[in-house]
This record gives sequence, structure tokens and C-alpha cells, in this order.
Amino acid sequence: MWTPELKKISQIQFGILSPDEIRKMAVTKIITADTYNEDGTPIEGGLIDRRLGTIEPGQRCRTCGNQVGDCPGHFGMIELARPVVHVGYAKSIIYKLLRSSCRACSRILLDSLQIKRYQHRFDKANKEDDLKTVAELIKDVVKEARKKSECPHCGQPQYKIKYEKPTSFYEETPEGSVRITPSEIQKRFEGIPTNDLALLGIDAEHSRPEWMILTVLPVPPVSVRASITLESGIRSEDDLTHKLVDIIRINQRLRENIEAGAPQLIVEDLWELLQYHVTTFMDNEVAGIPPARHRSGRALRTLTQRLRGKEGRFRGNLSGKRVDFSARTVVSPDPNISINEVGVPEQIAKILTVPERVTEWNIEEMKELVMNGPDTEIDEKTGVSKTGSNYIIRPDGKRIDLRFVGDLNTTAEMIDQGFIVERHLRDGDMVLFNRQPSLHRMSIMAHEVRVMPYKTFRLHLCVCTPYNADFDGDEMNLHVPQSEEARAETRVLMRVQEQILSPRYGGPIIGALHDYVSAAFLLTRKKTLITKEDVWQLLLAGNYEEELPPPAISHPKELWTGKQVFGLLLPPDVSVTSRSRTCKKHDICKLELCENDSYVYIRSGQLLSGVIDRRAIGADESESVLHVVVKDHGSDRAREFLDSLTQMLLEFLSHEGFSLGYSNVNMPDEGKKRIKAIIAENEKAAADIIGAYHRGELEPLPGKSLEETLEMRIMSVLAKARDSAGSIANDYMGISNSAVVMASTGAKGTQLNIAQMAACVGQQSIRGERILRGYRKRSLPHFQKNDIGPIARGFVRANYRVGLSPTEFFFHAQGGREGLVDTAVRTSTSGYLQRRLVNALQDLHVNYDIIVRTTEGDVVQLKYGEDGVDPMKSYHGRPVDIDAIIEEVLSSEEN
Amino acid sequence: MPGLSKAQIIKIINQDEERFPQSIRMDLENKLSDHKNLKKSSLEKILDSVEDAYLRSLVEPGEAIGTVAAQSIGEPGTQMTLKTFHYAGVAELNVTLGLPRLIEILDARKNPASPFMTVYLEEPYATEKVKAQEVQRMIELSTIESVSDDITVDLALMQIKISLNDFLITDKGISPELVVEKLSKLKKGEVTQQKNEIIIDSKDMTIDDIYKLNEKIRDLKLKGIKGITRVIMSKDQEIDQWVLFTAGSNLPDVLSIPGVDPTRIKTNHIQEIRDTLGIEATRQAIIDEATAVLQEQGLDVDIRHIMLVADIMTQDGNLRQIGRHGISGEKESVLARASFEVTVKHLLNSAARGDRDKLRGITENVIIGQIIPLGTGTVDLIMWPGYQRENAIIEDE
Repeated sequence: MWTPELKKISQIQFGILSPDEIRKMAVTKIITADTYNEDGTPIEGGLIDRRLGTIEPGQRCRTCGNQVGDCPGHFGMIELARPVVHVGYAKSIIYKLLRSSCRACSRILLDSLQIKRYQHRFDKANKEDDLKTVAELIKDVVKEARKKSECPHCGQPQYKIKYEKPTSFYEETPEGSVRITPSEIQKRFEGIPTNDLALLGIDAEHSRPEWMILTVLPVPPVSVRASITLESGIRSEDDLTHKLVDIIRINQRLRENIEAGAPQLIVEDLWELLQYHVTTFMDNEVAGIPPARHRSGRALRTLTQRLRGKEGRFRGNLSGKRVDFSARTVVSPDPNISINEVGVPEQIAKILTVPERVTEWNIEEMKELVMNGPDTEIDEKTGVSKTGSNYIIRPDGKRIDLRFVGDLNTTAEMIDQGFIVERHLRDGDMVLFNRQPSLHRMSIMAHEVRVMPYKTFRLHLCVCTPYNADFDGDEMNLHVPQSEEARAETRVLMRVQEQILSPRYGGPIIGALHDYVSAAFLLTRKKTLITKEDVWQLLLAGNYEEELPPPAISHPKELWTGKQVFGLLLPPDVSVTSRSRTCKKHDICKLELCENDSYVYIRSGQLLSGVIDRRAIGADESESVLHVVVKDHGSDRAREFLDSLTQMLLEFLSHEGFSLGYSNVNMPDEGKKRIKAIIAENEKAAADIIGAYHRGELEPLPGKSLEETLEMRIMSVLAKARDSAGSIANDYMGISNSAVVMASTGAKGTQLNIAQMAACVGQQSIRGERILRGYRKRSLPHFQKNDIGPIARGFVRANYRVGLSPTEFFFHAQGGREGLVDTAVRTSTSGYLQRRLVNALQDLHVNYDIIVRTTEGDVVQLKYGEDGVDPMKSYHGRPVDIDAIIEEVLSSEEN
Repeated sequence: MPGLSKAQIIKIINQDEERFPQSIRMDLENKLSDHKNLKKSSLEKILDSVEDAYLRSLVEPGEAIGTVAAQSIGEPGTQMTLKTFHYAGVAELNVTLGLPRLIEILDARKNPASPFMTVYLEEPYATEKVKAQEVQRMIELSTIESVSDDITVDLALMQIKISLNDFLITDKGISPELVVEKLSKLKKGEVTQQKNEIIIDSKDMTIDDIYKLNEKIRDLKLKGIKGITRVIMSKDQEIDQWVLFTAGSNLPDVLSIPGVDPTRIKTNHIQEIRDTLGIEATRQAIIDEATAVLQEQGLDVDIRHIMLVADIMTQDGNLRQIGRHGISGEKESVLARASFEVTVKHLLNSAARGDRDKLRGITENVIIGQIIPLGTGTVDLIMWPGYQRENAIIEDE
């Protein structure tokens, strides 16, 4: 039941368990190292004692009487025959304390004046909650105390203490080095007064130092170290249980030997062994001793290992958890759904559920859902299964599984207000959709469900950018929020349209891409004229339901321009001035008369001039047409705009036709000849440089060696070879070329890609240098030793159209491999950087006064970002688009 | 009606300083002050619209801007190249760039991989080549090894022979006498000089000692500043001044060289800025350096995110690292520290200290399964169904 107190735990106190506490909380002493009797029942006083809790379903706990899920488990204990040191404290605290306390009277080795002085400083630092100063003070105290060779309180001489990994301490007395046994340490620590401990940063109320020496070992409950039963019926115990068995065995032998009055040496050996086992029980990766191993040779995973690391308790189970109500499958594209929808396979929709409370307004609907049951039949109208339900929860909390209900109709009639129906996912439900790695908040967005046939999640192509998804086998996750509150937050904060603008740079991250961009260009360029039928066809796809504007050309045939059609989808009062990607940035802009039609001029929702390309509607483009639409008309209108635009562009492109082929990268013979010539020319230039080098005529550049100079000069000549070859290829390719269309509109590819396909692939490099490794003094056995000419060092003369020679191919593969290695290395380093950044900054938030504070209350910024502006709501970093406001006000003045 | 004068426009824009942040006011001035025929009514209309738009662009209280900033800097990290070196300013100097440099900045490293300074000069040093060269020689570190052709040990005579390079010593403005003087100060044997040949005679030394002396002599500083291995002079065409680029950085010492313009000097060694100029300069340096790295890679990141990172790194007056030895390691909460790195150490120590976790941060509340104090979780809205009814009953009575 929900209660008004939201905060149940207000703080957590840390401390060390005292032996008394351990004995008090133990339900039994564990005395036998065995686990089960011959008949398979747990031995009383053994490690699986029934009183330690239960892990078998159906059985009740002998201590608390609860069944599996409810019994929290209960501790047992082992009385150690001799005390042992706790590894975790050996170096950090025990060593420190031994050195700074008196060996006779246990007082801290500071005189009363020092004590007073430090006490004062401690009080001050503690009052101010200054953890850093406290840590430094402790260091000072230890340093100061270590200096004393005589106790200021009892006058006893003090000796140097030596620490030996991992748990031994020696005292260097005049008679020689003497080991301090754990019992001795315990005795010394017992005498340290509380006030002295405070000076060493130890809170004696919660952790007396003598408790760091174990006299009794708590035995964790069985639920902590659950055994598994293999298919063959053989039980396999947990690593902790194995370790505990070792401890009990040695402990018993030690006790027997002591009682039998065995020689000192044997007792000490056994004591050492007990110390080893207790040490590895707590941490099996301590430096200085071999890790305890399983029979198979695998190192045991003991307490410390369970907590530590990515898959440890903290990061693996507490900070992040596995969840119910989630699904994962392959994603595939569907251009016909909205950007804020996700196609969910029927099979998944029938498993994931939404709890819905029965009220007087939905009771009829709920009854039908229950009647449909868990395994629903196909709806004739939609072609997918009807929505059903998997469970109902009665007001008394009892859960009824509808799979095992005999007659669904009677169950449905049973339903009344206050029942909860766990119904199937259906169209319109809000779900969270996610693709890993979740690098930014747009990696998890809320979509509306569209239940669909087949087995993949379907998503709109525009949301590929924020998720960084493609369809080469990517899988994505889906989560169903289960509470009304969660659903509300999801709907308001996380919907796709609320994430169109990226907080990273204040511009749209969701927008047209690939073919949509090419299509927009082809549609809005000047030569595109469309007949009435086709216009309607396009507008139908674009969901346009208003009147058609008058045609741009009325005779002999009524024709509309692509620009007109594009403008119809814009909100009617959009005004944008920008430049398209083809803009050559001339000194004097010819505006509407631009020969490339690069001056994009939109007034009152009409595209008056300019061609639409990536800069106007693309993803990752700030200050674009799309950006203005989102900012001025809100996210919902922007979603509609994107939906209708992409669907219309798709329709247009499938009529227009768009493909890329061999002919797009082919060239007339004349061009091929010119390219060959220019490459030969530059290769000759490279040969000349090499010649000059061999003759000793090459002048080194300042600060560079002769060889470095040579390499630099050759590289630059060969880079020039590729560039000029590329620009020749460019001369033969007009805007009618599909490859050029894609590169210049920003749909896909670059000039370089075209140049490599049509003209020359160019120099391959590893670590920014020409390829030189492989064989002695040569890159491949195909070349002479010491050949430093272009071809021998990875210059690829060919282009992808004609294909590479075997040596060129190999060099190309080498260069390509470097790229792959680079990405692999980069993902891990940048992932770690991200984790550190998030961890350092996650506590920061803006308060109601725009002051940035940590959750602890420390002020970090007095005004967020110095102007209080949310980057996401900014206009590409600027708080306000002043130009647009000035223009708007002044133009309205004129009228 | 005549338009407003320039002064009037500026006055109206700045009438109420609280109304807009300075950046907007500057922007408005730039864009409006040269406007002719601007009427007062339209100016006010513009200001009203700008204010309206500004208020709409403010951050939402509770917004988890820390996480957003971290993601905004971390996410583009995946798109950065790992390629380390690139040229800075002049072709002769290499500096670390890209992801490694970004990590270096956020790590607040004491020894960055490629420290680098840009030294601007005061008049007349800035315009006269000879004068600029003088400063260059004062800064560049010259050791005996760097100006000599050969240093040999003659074991038969127990001598060390140094032959200075004629070209190098004139280039660096070092006289053989200076070398002799420096060597004499070592008080290790007799120093004699013959033109460019210098001989150190040390008869009473063991062979071991003489080899040690040999090593010491090689690195003997003759002139210049420690840590600065090379200085390159280059003319900045835009401001028509000579500018010095140095490999290696030593801000305090370079600042003390006459002719150096202390207002324009730059270094990429952030820790050094912290030690010489203080924390405010450090904050600005972090912002500048991080922005430069991202810009060079063509990545678009809002400056507010970088400012936030710089602010938290410099929050307590010291330069704190992003990570275990800095911000994450100094967190108040035990659970937050334990769930980041070195889990067990933090747990054990806090048990000994008897620490108390107040559970005020994000990680702690995630761990114990409570609502985190961020975003919609900052609001405590408690409705107690019983409360209303109780009141109603009282009223009835």
C-alpha cells in the first residue's frame, strides 16, 4: 500500500560488528564442516543448518517460519580457536594504530599538549564537515606519533613496527624482530581510550579497533551462498561455503591441538593456516599470498570479489538491475509509421502487460479484455491479434493467472471496481525504447505502441540518428512503465518529439537523412514541375488536406513547382532565411538569383527561393528550417511536419527514381587520360624529391630531420595527386550524377568518396605515415629493399572502379585495419571518460533560483551557464534569435 | 518621425540591467545601434519580444544539468579521432589533440604530454625582429650538450673535452666565456679554454666520478628557462607582431622575462596556471582548452556544458580531477564512492570511521530504491487522503 512518507531510509550508519553483536545475531554455532547427511537432509550445526534460512521452495525457515521469498536468512557463527587479523584493516588501520599507540599503556604517542592542540583542530574541521582537512589531520597525527621513541604517558620505550603482507606485524626490539600475534594486538587495542581513537579518525562507538581482530566469525545465511543442484542431481556448493568448510576444519584442528597441548610450533602453523583461510574468505585477491582455488583450479570468488567491479554487487546489482516488463529484439525500418511510434511484434505485445485499475468508466472495456484472455484470436479488421489480458489482481492482492482459468466469461463477470487487470500492450500505449550504448538522454525515448505482425521492432528512419541505430542486425530494448506517475512523466518528458532538439548544441538531432535529403533536393530544385495528379498524389502521402494553391505555370498544362509543394507542408507562418549546402560563399551574394539556387528564403510558409537539402531539414543541423519549425511551433507540430514531409518525400522519390551505379563513377576516355597524366606528373615530382634526397641536395625544414622532411614532402605531393585527380573527375560529373547529388546535398558520402571511386584512391597510411613495416627495409617482397617510391610505400594509383592491384589491395587493407583498431580502442577509452564525467557531475541540478547546486547543497554556479538559459531551448547556443525578432517587428511595422 | 540616435538606442537597451543577461544586451547593441530610422515604439516592441523569448528559454528548475553536461561532452568523445599529434600554430611544434587531450584536461594532469606556450611581446620587442630574438634566447633552454659538437672523456689525462659549435653558440648568443664561468662554478677541476675548445681537468677524481661529471655537464643549464626546450619565432600577420611559440611550459619564469606581455601570454598547462595565476584563470583555461579540442574535431558542444565541468573542477579553489582522485573520490556519500571505484576500500574505511551516509545524492538513492532528488524527484508533494477528511469533520462540528 502506498503511504504518504516518501523517504523511508534517512541515513545509513557504518560500523564494525563487535564480537558480542556477532554472537547475538547468530542463530547457531556452526561446528561441523559437513553440509548434508547421507539421506540428503542438512546437518544440524552444519553449514546448511535449517535455522540459517531456507532456499528451497515450499520449506519453511526454522528460525522465522517464512517461506523462500520472505525469509531474509539468518547468520550463524564460528568461534575461532585463536583470534585472526581482518585483512581489510591490516595495512590501513591496524598498522597505523600499532605505530601510533604505546606498546605498554596503549595511549596515543602524543604528549598532552599535542593532544589538546589536535583535538581543537579536529573539532573545528568536524564542525565544518571538512572531510579533506580531517583526512590530513589524521595523517599529521600518525606522523607525529611515529616520531616518539618513548611513550609520553608511561615512559616506556617504543620500537619500530614492521608490516609484512598481508597480515603479519613484527616489532623490532633490541633482542631482535618479534612477531606480534593477533592476540597481542587485540590486547594493545583494548586499552586505547576513546578520545585517543578520535584523533586517529576512528569512531569508537561504532568500531573499536580490537574488533578488527576477529575472535568470532559470522557465517552468512544460506541465501547469500545458495547451492545449485545440477541436472544430474549432484549438489554444487557456493564458493563461500567451500571457504567456510576450510575455516571450520582448520579451526577444529587448531582447537584440538591446543587442547592436546601440542608443541608451540604446530599450533602456530595451524594458526597461520587459519589466518590464511579467513583472509581468503574475505578477499581472495590479496597481494602476497596465493589465491584459494577450487578443485578445478579456478580461483574462488569470495566476499570482496562479490562486491567489486562492473559485475559486482554495487555496480551490477544495486546501481543497475535487471527488470521485468521489458523486451528485446532486432529492429527494422518502417517509413510508414510516425517518428514517435514503435512497431511492436504481436508476440511481444501479448507478454508485456500494463496494469489497469477497473473503474466505473472502464469496467465494460476491462471485462472484454479479460474475456479475450491471454491467447487472443486475430482481429479481422486490423490483421493482428485482439488485445487481451494475462492476469487480474483482486482487491485483496491475490493474483489470478488467466491462462489457467477455466471459463473466461465467468471470470470477466467477476470483475468489479478496485480490481486490476494486467492487459496486453496495445496501440497508443507509451513505452520506453532504448538502444545501447546509452550515451545521451536521446538513447531512451518514449514511443507510442503500434502492434504489428512479424518479429521485429519497427522504427521510423528519422529516429536512427539519436539512437545511432542502423538495421544491420541491431537489437533494441523496450520497457513498459507500470505506474500512472511513470506514464505521465514518460509522456511529458521523454516522447520523441520532446527530444528533437539536442541539449548538446541547441539544434535538432532528429531530422531527415539519406534518401530523404536527396529527395528533398530533387523535389525543390528549379526544374521540378509536377502535374496536378502527381501533386495530389504527393500531398495525399504528406497528409495535406487543404486547398491547392494556384499553379506556377498554367499554360499549356497546369504545373506546380516542387518548391510550392514543399511549402504546403510547412506551418503557414514560418519565415526562414538561410543558405543551402551548395552555397559557394561568394563575396557578394546574389540572393534569389544565385546560380546554384542556394539562397533559401521562406516567408509565410512558402519556399520562395533556394533548394532544400540537409542544411534545411537534416538531422544534426542547427539554425535550419526544421529548427525554426520546432522552436516557433512546438514539438507536436514539428513531429507532424517531419512525419508528413518524410512520407511525401518517399512518395516523390519512388516516382522520380534514384539509383547509383557504375555509370555514375565512369568517365569519358579523355578524363581518364587526364587523370593518368596528373598522377604520373605527381609521381615524377615525388621521384625528383627522392632523387634530391639521394644526392644530398634536400634541405631539411627547420626543426625536422632530413628523413622527416622527405616524408612530408612526398606525402604532400601524393596528396596533391589524389586531390587534383579528384577534381578532374569532378569536372566530368554534373548535378545529374546521383553520386554528386548525394555528396552535395549531404545525403551520404563526400567529394572524397567520389574521387576515390572515379579517380584515384590515394596514399594509404598507418599512424599518419606511409606504409613501411612488414619486411626488412620494404613493405612487401614485391619491391626492392630500400625502395621509398610512392608505389612501394602504399600509394594506390588505381580507383575503386577499375579495382586495385594486389599490392595496392594489401596496403588498403592495412590502412583499413588501422581504422578498425582505432575504433575498438576509442570506444573503451571514451566510455570510461563518459562514466567518470557522469559520476562526477550527476549530483548537479538547477534550483528554483537558477543556482546550480550539488544534492549535498554546495553551490557550483550562481547562475546556470552565466545566463540561466537551457542549451536545448537556446537557438544554437544563443539565448534568443535576435535577428528573427528584429526582422519580424520591423516588417510588421512597415505594413 | 525621426529615428533614435545611437546613444539613445544603447541607453534604452541597457535601461534595466536585470532584464537581460549581458550577452543579449551586447547582441542587441551590435545589431540595433547602427539602425537608422528605428522608432522608439519598435525598439520597445523588439525588447519585449526578446524578453519574452529569453524567459521562455530559461532552464527548468530541477533539471539534471550535470548529467546532461556529462553526456554532452562524453558522447562526442566516441566520434573523436585517437590521432594524437597535430600542428599548433607553427608547423614545427606538435601538440596532443583529440580524445587524449580531452582526457588530459579533465584528468587535471600535473604533466601534460605536450606543454606549449604562446608568448606575445610588448613593444618594442613585438615589432623588431632583433629584439624579439633577444627574448627568444632568454627563454629557450640551452645546455652544454645542445650547443656543442662533441663532449669526450679522456681517461688517460682525466679530462673532459668540450668542443662548442660555432654556429649554435652565436645563434643562441652564448659566449665560450659564459660556458667557462658556468663550469667553474661547479668547482670540479680546472677549466681551461682555447677558442671553442674547453677542457676540464680533474686529476683527483675516480673514473666513476668523471663519468658522473660528464653526465652532469651535458645537462648544465647555460641560459634560458627550465622546461622550455624549443622556442620558435613566427610573425603573426594579423597583428603584425612577432610571437614566440615554445615547446615546454614554465609560466612563472617566462612571466619574469622582460619584454614578455603578461596580459596575453598563454599556456596549455592548466595546473601551472592554477599555481601561478589562481583559480579563476584556471577555470577560464579549462573552458578555453576543452572548447579548442572539441572545435578542432568539428564537434558542436554548447559552452554551458564545458563551463559547468570547469566550474565543478575548480569549485573548492583547487584543481580537482574528474574521477577517483578528484570529485568522485571526495563525495560525501560512502555508497556513491563505493559504487564508483575501489569499492571495498571505501566500505572498510567508512566502517572504521563510523561514517554516516545521509543518502542525499543520486547513486545512494538508486541503491536503496528511493526516488532520486533530481528533476521530478526534487518536488515533495504529499497528499494525505486522511488529512482532508479530518479537516472536513472538524469544520462540520
